[in-house]
Amino acid sequence: MSHPDENADLGARVDAAVTAALAAIEAAQTTAELQAAKAAHNGQGSELASLNGSLREIAPEDRKAAGQVIGAGRGRVGEAITARQGELAAAEERAQLEAERVDVTAVPRIRSAGGRHPLTMLVDEMSDVFIGMGWEVAEGPELEHEWYNFDALNVDPDHPARGESDTFYVAPADRHMVLRTQTSPVQMRSMLTRELPIYIVAPGRVYRTDDIDATHLPVFTQIEGLAIDKGITMAHLRGTLEHLARIMFGEEAKIRLRPNYFPFTEPSAEMDVWHPGMRGGPRWVEWGGCGMVNPNVLRAAGLDPEVYSGFAFGMGIERTLQFRYQLDDMRDMIEGDVRFTEQFGMVI
Amino acid sequence: MRIPLSWLAEHVELPKENAAEWLHAQLVRVGFEEEAVHGGELRGPIVVGRVLEFVDEPQKNGKVIRWCQVDVGEANGGVRGIVCGALNFVAGDRVVVTLPGSALGDFEIAARKTYGHVSDGMIASVRELGIGDDHDGILRLDEAGIEGEVGADALALLGLDGQAVEINVTPDRGYALSIRGIARELATATGRPFTDPADTARRAVGRGDASAAPSGFPLAVQDDAPIRGNVGCSRFVVRIVRGIDQSRPTPAWMAGRLRLAGMRSISLGVDITNYVMLELGQPLHGYDLGKLRGGITVRRAQPGERITTLDDVDRALSEEDLLITDDRGAIGIAGVMGGAETEMDASTTEVAIEAATFDAVTIGRASRRHRLISEASKRYERGVDPAVADAAAARAAQLFVELAGGTLDTAYGAEIGGVPEMQPISIPVGFWRTLMGADYTDDEARAALLAIGARVEDGATTAPTWTVTPPTWRPDIVDRESLVEEIARIVGFDRIPSVLPVAPPGRGLTRAQRLRRAVANGLAASGLTEVLVAPFVSEQQARMAGAEPVRLENALDAERSWLRTALVPGMLDTAHRNLGRGLTDLALFELGRVFHAVDGHGTAELPGAAARPADDVLAELDRLPAQPDHAAVVLLGERVRKQPGRPAERFGIADAIESAERIARTAGLELEVRQAQRDWLHPGRAAELLVGETVVGVAGELLPAIAAEADLPRVVAVAELDLSALIRLARVGLETQVIAPVPAATQDLSLVVPIDVPAGEVRRAVREGAGALLEHIALVDDYRSTGSDHGGLGEHEKSLTFALRFRAADRTLTAAEASETKLAGLAVATERFGAKLRE
Repeated sequence: MSHPDENADLGARVDAAVTAALAAIEAAQTTAELQAAKAAHNGQGSELASLNGSLREIAPEDRKAAGQVIGAGRGRVGEAITARQGELAAAEERAQLEAERVDVTAVPRIRSAGGRHPLTMLVDEMSDVFIGMGWEVAEGPELEHEWYNFDALNVDPDHPARGESDTFYVAPADRHMVLRTQTSPVQMRSMLTRELPIYIVAPGRVYRTDDIDATHLPVFTQIEGLAIDKGITMAHLRGTLEHLARIMFGEEAKIRLRPNYFPFTEPSAEMDVWHPGMRGGPRWVEWGGCGMVNPNVLRAAGLDPEVYSGFAFGMGIERTLQFRYQLDDMRDMIEGDVRFTEQFGMVI
Repeated sequence: MRIPLSWLAEHVELPKENAAEWLHAQLVRVGFEEEAVHGGELRGPIVVGRVLEFVDEPQKNGKVIRWCQVDVGEANGGVRGIVCGALNFVAGDRVVVTLPGSALGDFEIAARKTYGHVSDGMIASVRELGIGDDHDGILRLDEAGIEGEVGADALALLGLDGQAVEINVTPDRGYALSIRGIARELATATGRPFTDPADTARRAVGRGDASAAPSGFPLAVQDDAPIRGNVGCSRFVVRIVRGIDQSRPTPAWMAGRLRLAGMRSISLGVDITNYVMLELGQPLHGYDLGKLRGGITVRRAQPGERITTLDDVDRALSEEDLLITDDRGAIGIAGVMGGAETEMDASTTEVAIEAATFDAVTIGRASRRHRLISEASKRYERGVDPAVADAAAARAAQLFVELAGGTLDTAYGAEIGGVPEMQPISIPVGFWRTLMGADYTDDEARAALLAIGARVEDGATTAPTWTVTPPTWRPDIVDRESLVEEIARIVGFDRIPSVLPVAPPGRGLTRAQRLRRAVANGLAASGLTEVLVAPFVSEQQARMAGAEPVRLENALDAERSWLRTALVPGMLDTAHRNLGRGLTDLALFELGRVFHAVDGHGTAELPGAAARPADDVLAELDRLPAQPDHAAVVLLGERVRKQPGRPAERFGIADAIESAERIARTAGLELEVRQAQRDWLHPGRAAELLVGETVVGVAGELLPAIAAEADLPRVVAVAELDLSALIRLARVGLETQVIAPVPAATQDLSLVVPIDVPAGEVRRAVREGAGALLEHIALVDDYRSTGSDHGGLGEHEKSLTFALRFRAADRTLTAAEASETKLAGLAVATERFGAKLRE
C-alpha cells in the first residue's frame, strides 16, 4: 500500500539522488571520472538503482506513478552522462590534436625535386605542335651512313659544302660512317620508307667538330620538318613556320625569309622569327634554315619531281632555348649542373 | 669575304653616310649575311710630323727614352714635345704622330706627364697603326716611300681610313668572292648602274698589238686523267711584263685595301696578283720569268713526283694532282700553291702572269689532300668565271706597268683553251608561281633573270617555256629550281604569302615515343634530375660495360675518341662536375643512344644518288653499329638529408633497383632481380634485371675503385637499362582481373632457410606453392643470428618473414583456408630450400 506521504517522500529522494548525480557528472573532468560518477549515481548500488529496486514494495496501484518518477530521474541522469561524455571526448580530442601540433615550416623533405631537361621538354613541346596538325615524329640513327648524311641530300663528295660540314668520321675511315651533322638523313629515310604524302618532324641529336663556346656545341639538338605532297609551295613552308612561331612566341610572332644556300633545298632560305618577348624589346632573331626540297633529293628517294614537291626546315633546339630564355651561355645546357635543370622543373 | 667600301664604290655608287649599314641591308636581301664591319679602329687627329731634334735621356731602369721636338704643322699646333721609347729614327725623319684626342682602338691618346716631360702626343709604330707586326719601331715615312706634307692626315695617306664589310658567302657562290661579284649583286639588288671591272681592264690593256706575232711562249695542257670527265685546265692565259722594279713599295692605297680585305701586304708583285684576285675573283700567279726553264705545261703528276711549295714544305704528289710544270718538272700545284723555285723575289725583273681556269673538283681534292686551303683554291673549288681570265691577266699587267715600272710585252703572251658554253635551261612560264606560291609576274621573272646576267629566249608558245642561259660566272645555276631561286631572291622573298598546309590525319606519337616520355616524366617526378651527356668517352669508359665500342677518326679530344656503349660512365663525369660545385647529393638520370660495334659495319662503296638505290643496296647501308636507347640513373650522397626528427639516409643499391623497376613498370613490366657479377660493380651489390629470361639491365653500387677513380664518394648507386629492349618487350594489352569486393585474410609467414638462399627465390617458391588465393606477398623481415642472440637460428641460417594477403574471388576465406594456403606455399619452399616454419 502507499500513501501520498510516501509518494512525496519518494519524489524527494529521487530529486535528491538526481541532483547529487548531476553534480557529480558536472564535476567529472575526465572520461574516467565520468565513468566513476556514472557507477556511483546510476550503477548497481546507487541511490537511484536502489529506489528502482524498491518499486516492488510499492502498492501496485501506485507503482506506475512511482516508476515514472524514478524513470524520469534516471533518464535525466543518463542524458547528462551522455552529454558530458561528448564534451569530455571533444575536449580530450582537442588536447590530443594540440599535442600533435608540428611546425609546418620545418617538416622533413623526403624526396628531392627532380626535373626534366629543358632541351628535351622543348623537343616535346615543338613536336606536339606538329602532332596537333596531324604530322608524325620520325627518328633515325645518330651514327649514320655517309650516303644518308650527304650524297642522298645532294651534297656530292666533291662539293665544298661537304668539306665545310665539320663532320665526325667513324672508324674505320674507309667504311663511310659519320655522326650525322644534321637530322636531315631522317628526311631521306622517311621518303624512302613512308607512304605519301609525308608530313613529319625529326628531332634529335647532331654532331659537328665545333669547339665549345657560348654559342657552339659539338653535340646539339635539331628539329627538322619535311612535307612532301602534291602542290606544296614555299607559301606552305612560311605558313607552317608562322603557325609554330605563334604558338611558341605569341600571336604577334612572324617569320621572315632571307635567301641562303643549302644543298638539299632549292630555293633555300634563312628564317628569322619576330620574337615579341625578347629581352630588350621585340626583334628579329635568326632561327634556322629552310627551303623547297631539291629535285635531286626527291630523285634519290625515287620520287618524281614532276608530281611531288616538298619543303623542309630545321632549327636548333639549343638556340631556341637560348633566345627564348635569354640564356647567355649554351655550355650550361650540357654540363649537367642540376641547378640549371631544376630551375625549369617539369614545365617549359 | 671582306669588302673594302672604297673599292666597291669604284663599281657601284654607295651612299656617303652610313655606307656599311646600308650595304649590309642591301646584301642581306639577296642572300649575303653580314659577319662583321672592319676598320675605323684608328680615329684622328693622326698626322704626318717631322722630327726636328731630340735628346736621348737614360732612365734609372736602364731604359733610354727620347725627348723629341716634332713639327706637326701650323694647323695642328706647330712644334710639340713628345716622349718616345723607340730609337730607330733620326732628326729630319717624317713620322706619324697621334695627337691628343685621337684613338688607336680603345687606347685614347692624351697629353700626359711621363719621364719628367709632358708628352703632347705619340709617335706611332707599325704595330700601333695595325700595318704590320714585324717590328716595334717607328714607321719612317721616307723609308716606306710614303709621300705627304707635314700636318697632312696620315690615315688617308696610309689607306687606314677605310672600312670593310665582311659577309658570309655560301659555297655555291664562288663569283661573290670578288669585288666584281659583290658589285654586280649590289647593282642587281638596288638597280644602280654597275661598271664591270673586267671590261675596264680589257679596254685599258687590250690584247696588245693584234698584228704582232705571239710571244712564242710555249704553253700546253696535257691532261691524261681527267676527273669525272672534266679536264683539269680549260683555259690558261699568260701575259708578260718586263723591266719591273720589285723594290718599289706597295702603294698605301693598295696595301690599305688588301689589309681591309684581310690579306697582308707581302711585296709589290705578290700584292698585285692578290689585289686582282680580290677585284675580279680570278686567282693569279706571278712567275719569275728568269727562273722558268722553257714554257709551261699543265699535266697530272707522275708516280713518285714531289714538289717544294712556297711555304717550304716538300710534298709527295698524287697522280690526281694537277701540276704546272716547266722543263725541270713541277713548279706549282695548279690552283693551290706555287713552287718555291720560280717565285718572284726582290730581284725579279720579268714576270709571267698566269690566269687559268682549273676544274673545281681537281682543285678541291688537291686542296684537301695537301691540307692547303689557299685563297686561290677556295675560289677554284667554288667556281671561277672562265670568261674573266684574260681580263684578270690584263689588269695585273696594267698594275705591273703602272706600279712596278714595267713594260707590257707587245705580244699577247699566250692563251690556250677557251670559255665553255653554258648549258641552257628550259623552264615553263609560271613555274616560279607554282613552286613559290607567290604572285611573281612573268615580267618580274624575266627582269630578274636578265639582272643576274642570264640570257632569256622564248620557247614554244603552245606550252610556253623560256630557254634561259646562265652567265659564265654562275655554274651553280643548273636547273629550273635554281632559276626560281634567283627570281625569288631578286623579286623578293617577302612576297611569299603564308598558307598552312593540311596534312592527312596523323597517328600521334608512336608507342615507343610515348613510353620514352613516360619514363622520363616518371623518373623526374620521383625526384631525379635529367642530364644530357655528350657521348664521347675514353676507351676505358667505352669498354667498362663490356660491349664492343666504336671509335671516331677525328675526335676533338684524343682522350675521348670513343663513343659510349653505356650511359653510366659519362654520367659519372657529370656527377663529378656537380660535386666540384658543392652539390653532393645527386639523383641523375639520362635517356640516350649508345653505340655498339657490329661486325663489318659500314660499306666500302658509296652508292650514287641520281636515283633511288636498289633495295639490297639500301639494306647494306643499314649495316651500322647498333644504337639502342638506354635509360640510366646515378645516385650518390644522401637521399634524405638530416632534418628535425629525421636522420640522414644515403642512396644505395635499393634506390637504384627501385628506379629500374619504376622504368620497367612504365612499360607495364615487372623486373626480376637476380644477384650478379659485373667487373665494374660491387661484387656483393650487383643485380641483373630481367624480363622473363631476357637480361634488360643491371643495377648496383659501383666498384669502390671505379668510384675513387672518378673522384666520387665510395657509394655510388647506378642502374642502366636497355630502353629499346624494354619497349620491345613492353606489355601489349592486359587480361584484367575482376576486383573482388570480398574481404581479404592476412597472415604472416616466418620461415628459416640457409643464409645464402636469395629471399626472392623463397618468395617465388611461396607464391608458386600458395597459388591463386595468394593475392600479395611482401618480405617484411630478414633476421639473422647475432653474436649473443641466436634467436633459435643456426649459424648459417636466416629467418625470413613475409606478409601474405589471401583472397578468393567468390567468397570470404576462413582462417583455416588461409592457413592451409600458406602451408602449401611453405611446402614448396621446403622442397626447394629446406625451409622450416619458424615457431
